[in-house]
Amino acid sequence: MSDWINTILQGLLTGGLYALFAAGLSLSFGVMRIINIAHGDFAILAGYAAIAIAGTFGLNPVEAMCAVVPAMALLGYALQRGILNLTLGDDVLRPLLVTFGFSIVIQNLLLEGFSADSRSLDSGTFGTASLQLGGNLAVGLLPLTVMAAAVAILAFMQWLFSTTLLGRAFRAAADDPETVQLMGVNTRHIYAMAMAIAMAMVAVAGVFLALQTTVSPTDGPEHLLYAFEAVIIGGLGSLWGTLIGGIVLGVSQAIGAKLNPGWGILAGHLCFLAVLIIRPSGLFPTARNR
Amino acid sequence: MSVRKTTRATGASLAGAAAGFLFLAGAIAMPWWAERWGENWLIEFLYTLALAQGWNLLAGYGGLLSVGQQAFVGIGGYALVMLGVGWGLDPFVVIPIAGAAAVLASIPMAAVLFRLRGANFAVGTWVVAEVLRLLIANDDALGGGSGTSITSTLMGIPVWWRISITLWIALALGAGGTLLVYLLLRSRLGLALMSVRDSEPAAATLGISVRRIKWIVYLAAAFWTGMTGALIFITKLRISPDSAFSIDWTTTIFFVVVIGGIGTIEGPIIGTIVFFLLRSALADYGSWYLITLGAIAVFFMIWVPGGLWGLLTSRFDVRFFPIQRRVGAGRAADTAS
Repeated sequence: MSDWINTILQGLLTGGLYALFAAGLSLSFGVMRIINIAHGDFAILAGYAAIAIAGTFGLNPVEAMCAVVPAMALLGYALQRGILNLTLGDDVLRPLLVTFGFSIVIQNLLLEGFSADSRSLDSGTFGTASLQLGGNLAVGLLPLTVMAAAVAILAFMQWLFSTTLLGRAFRAAADDPETVQLMGVNTRHIYAMAMAIAMAMVAVAGVFLALQTTVSPTDGPEHLLYAFEAVIIGGLGSLWGTLIGGIVLGVSQAIGAKLNPGWGILAGHLCFLAVLIIRPSGLFPTARNR
Repeated sequence: MSVRKTTRATGASLAGAAAGFLFLAGAIAMPWWAERWGENWLIEFLYTLALAQGWNLLAGYGGLLSVGQQAFVGIGGYALVMLGVGWGLDPFVVIPIAGAAAVLASIPMAAVLFRLRGANFAVGTWVVAEVLRLLIANDDALGGGSGTSITSTLMGIPVWWRISITLWIALALGAGGTLLVYLLLRSRLGLALMSVRDSEPAAATLGISVRRIKWIVYLAAAFWTGMTGALIFITKLRISPDSAFSIDWTTTIFFVVVIGGIGTIEGPIIGTIVFFLLRSALADYGSWYLITLGAIAVFFMIWVPGGLWGLLTSRFDVRFFPIQRRVGAGRAADTAS
């Protein structure tokens, strides 16, 4: 019995990581109405960047993250302002295919730079330390930290969207990009800011991923799919739904993997399809599925 | 003033039809005059074209952005394993059955995926392809994750016949598929399809059932891609879930259609030619080959969204597959009235 509780507990904490991935995807979809196919690849890129600078300059993971996150935010701003803004419009095909192209380019650049071997970021003793809960139950400090980071970031997003000027501009630009421009808002800048924040969150997720497990250059798409599933399960546009979506996904993967090692990821996908059949608008529907 | 007839034919289309017939005749007779590498090359060219035309119909005309066409390639390939290797059916007989199997699978897929719109639909199709990959990887009877050999289905067939029949079927799927899309677009259904492509709300106001059109296009593309999948794996020695359900199939299709020109019939043909040229030019550069392809696709999608064919038609008035009717010949528009 206690090993089942343990399984569910681990799955629940994995959900925190998925929610981190999903928050960035949800933000860019919510504001720009685009799905960044390279979302997962940018996370892997951030993971590799952290591994590379930690190795070169002898930084610890926290310092590496502090360097990678602003760099990825800048990259996000530049990509949105320089390239992705050009693809916005009624046609969803163009941003989709452009980000698909990004995905191919990033994966192969990583292959070229780091080879196909999987790597990870050394987390020292912290990575293996765990909190004993009694009764054979234990949770790793690292997964717990990831979950805390996910909750903190979602709370930050909540604050950003509901109280700040930037958040109001995000919401307005999402609702009606033409009118908001008439109000003197530069939507190109607003979109770029949204992408910068999304990329910063992706970078946090990518560094945590490299700490928790190994990364390899072609891992990106897998994480895009998990992020997407968490967003849809939680309900498009629902901030805290994203966290629940990530947790539902993480728990179903953990249960699947417990039943048969080959079923983990499959169980997650099937859970997503089940939600799509039973509750197409997700568990916490807010936005319309446009 | 005289009554002028409308016609779809253009000079280019007549010349194109003549060249097309010559190409077909030469290609059908290839087993008697060409080297084996030439035949193999053409087979690969034609199945890539068949995949591209299927996706172009789906995304370019039907507005259904699928990133999961590898699902149907994989279903076709594994139909070959199940029926050809397992039951001992002739591999070429398996091809139409593989198409039917893909249609059968696509019905529940469409029912679920059509709940998602636009980009969400796209990622959803990818998830479904992954589900199929994982289901087959977990099935030991089909070889599991490491895959299985498919050479046993082809054992009894003499090599000359095997390659000749493969080539002829590839012609039917690639060239025949192109022709079928063309005929489809000239039909009543084609008009409906193009109006859906241009504006869904407007098409709906004109009494077109957008939902019905999407179903038809999705099933048709599944059928064609499933058959092509079975043919592809006849030309290979092994199949594995990772190779059959690989996103690389869709990557190739994307590249071909984007470079050539999405939503045109000529586009995929030109795109396939460019793809093969680039591939042979960059074959020695490893990852840089794919980096270049990705960068070119991004460049085209931003600055040349109409693709090479769009670029060409904006300069010159040529159409090899004319769909729209025009008035009379030559300068009719100036002089009539």
